[in-house]
Amino acid sequence: MSLINLIRIALKALQRNKLRAFLTMLGIIIGVGSVIAMVAIGQGSKQSIHDQLSNMGTNMITVQAASNLNGGVRIAGSSFQTLTSKDIVALKAGAQYITEVSPAVTSRGQAINGALNWPTSMSGVAPEYLDIRKLTLKDGIAFTQNDVLTSAKVCLIGQTVIDNIFPNGENPIGKVIRFGHIPFQVIGILSPKGFNAFGQDQDDILIAPYTTVQKRILASIYYSNIYASAADEAVTDQAVTEMTQILRDSHRLRSNEDNDFTVRTQQELIATLSSTSGLLTILLTVVAGISLVIGGIGIMNIMYVSVTERTKEIGLRMSIGARGKDILMQFLMEAVLISITGGVIGVLVGFLSTQIVTLTLGWPTIISESSVVLSFVVCAVTGIFFGYYPAQKASRLDPIEALRYE
Amino acid sequence: MSKKILEIKELKREFVMGSETVHALRGISFDVQAGEFVTIMGSSGSGKTTLLNILGCLDKPSIGDYFLDGVSVKTLSRDELAQLRNHKIGFVFQAYNLLPRTTALENVELPLLYNKDVSASERRERAIHALEQVKLADRHDHTPSQLSGGQQQRVAIARALVNEPVMILADEATGNLDSRTSYEIMALMQELNATQGKTIVFVTHEPDIASFSSRTIQLRDGRIQKDTKIEVKRSAKEVLENLPATDDY
Repeated sequence: MSLINLIRIALKALQRNKLRAFLTMLGIIIGVGSVIAMVAIGQGSKQSIHDQLSNMGTNMITVQAASNLNGGVRIAGSSFQTLTSKDIVALKAGAQYITEVSPAVTSRGQAINGALNWPTSMSGVAPEYLDIRKLTLKDGIAFTQNDVLTSAKVCLIGQTVIDNIFPNGENPIGKVIRFGHIPFQVIGILSPKGFNAFGQDQDDILIAPYTTVQKRILASIYYSNIYASAADEAVTDQAVTEMTQILRDSHRLRSNEDNDFTVRTQQELIATLSSTSGLLTILLTVVAGISLVIGGIGIMNIMYVSVTERTKEIGLRMSIGARGKDILMQFLMEAVLISITGGVIGVLVGFLSTQIVTLTLGWPTIISESSVVLSFVVCAVTGIFFGYYPAQKASRLDPIEALRYE
Repeated sequence: MSKKILEIKELKREFVMGSETVHALRGISFDVQAGEFVTIMGSSGSGKTTLLNILGCLDKPSIGDYFLDGVSVKTLSRDELAQLRNHKIGFVFQAYNLLPRTTALENVELPLLYNKDVSASERRERAIHALEQVKLADRHDHTPSQLSGGQQQRVAIARALVNEPVMILADEATGNLDSRTSYEIMALMQELNATQGKTIVFVTHEPDIASFSSRTIQLRDGRIQKDTKIEVKRSAKEVLENLPATDDY
């Protein structure tokens, strides 16, 4: 029997019981729909984490003054003082895989404008820092190398700080605010970046030349961090190795001594966070996959009922010339048509529910082609797998018995 | 000129039921020529159903030979039997056995779907022609539930005709119908037999129905009790005309 005839026969048989066919499909529809939606949500969150980190600069390398063994006692990294201007000079002179480097110091304190104040932190950095962190200015100008040399009392201001100490919408540029006791002139406004992946407000910040923060606020010659950007995302690893070696030389560490600093890249963070979100995707997919199997069992159940109920029809078909394999193919085709139609509707439902999630909850989602293809293939396989046994039962009926079945 | 459509030689069929062997057919021989209208009669237990199953190639004899249109059925496989049924036999059942919620035309097309030599357009044409032969040309799109019992049986006859079989095998085809409708069906059968020369084997237990055929084979306890040729058969059409009025035929 030709395939077209086969499909015609199976379609007609399904048409005779539309509601039941639909209810049988429902399991598959829900299964496929949830696989697609779950994978889309998982992929979306993975991508959004990646994007946020990229926003911070994926080729950014951070050096932190690290804890070190000091007479058997480990000291917290931030209080450890190892990074100095000597390191910056060495890095600028010796490193070929990094393009820009900036020291960083941080101080917490109150930003004050007249009667208003707001607790925030001030980062003391070099002008290159803006490039390294991919920060841009919404308004005003950045400070320059000259400001660094003169320890100028100028700063860049983040949106959150503006909202709190300039609540009436005045333009802060040119205004003088105080950070602790020191007056700073606001020369630029940072473009808002929002919250980062860890829930920190990236706009709650003041940025000033590092010399200013070091000399006028902290009275320290040490840096808490060094930021650098690798020439390219691909050479990040080489850059890390190179920087580590330069810093070890600069700190005169013997080969048996541990590093007194830590070099980190965004890659590590991305990998960690992606793997967490990847795990979540796998988990969701497994749950959705289980519902697909349940849908398959639903098909098998209905096909069994259908074979029993249509015994007389099977007998008739056999008596007018259907061979066992024709009957087998017919029932198999019915099961496959149910599962594939269910799959198509499921894909649409998946698309729709993904859109609804994006629009109502604002979650980022990405529908991957692979999840669509995969769930489709699984559907067809499910149909054949769960449809085969009932179909085989039908094909082995004795036409005489089947015709007489009541 | 007459050709043997059926040739049955010393046919025996035994069933093993547990430790007992049931002899349903105990040696039957007869031939049917093309164009004959044969009724097979017998009370229940006479082996009539078993014979019918064998004639319809649904079952095979234990001993003996059965040639259908020159083909020895005994040696065929399950699939070959199915193909033989598809090409050479048209079944008409007591309970019509039409597919529910399926139009008359699609029901009639059904046997041709299992014949891969017939194209879709030819299938449709032949189905329409078969429905014309049973005078249901205007009922293509009706489903069985929209048809009366007699009309349903006529659709079933059209289905039996559509593959142009060498033999129409009817199993108590009038059993579920009232006498008027039975006569209508018999009139149709006689017409098909007379005008188109269709060979018809009709199984029944009603002597009244048997009287419309040209030959009656009476079975009893698995043997042929009587094989009578009826020289002047009754005309179902005349009987129908002599029935009291209110005729909607």
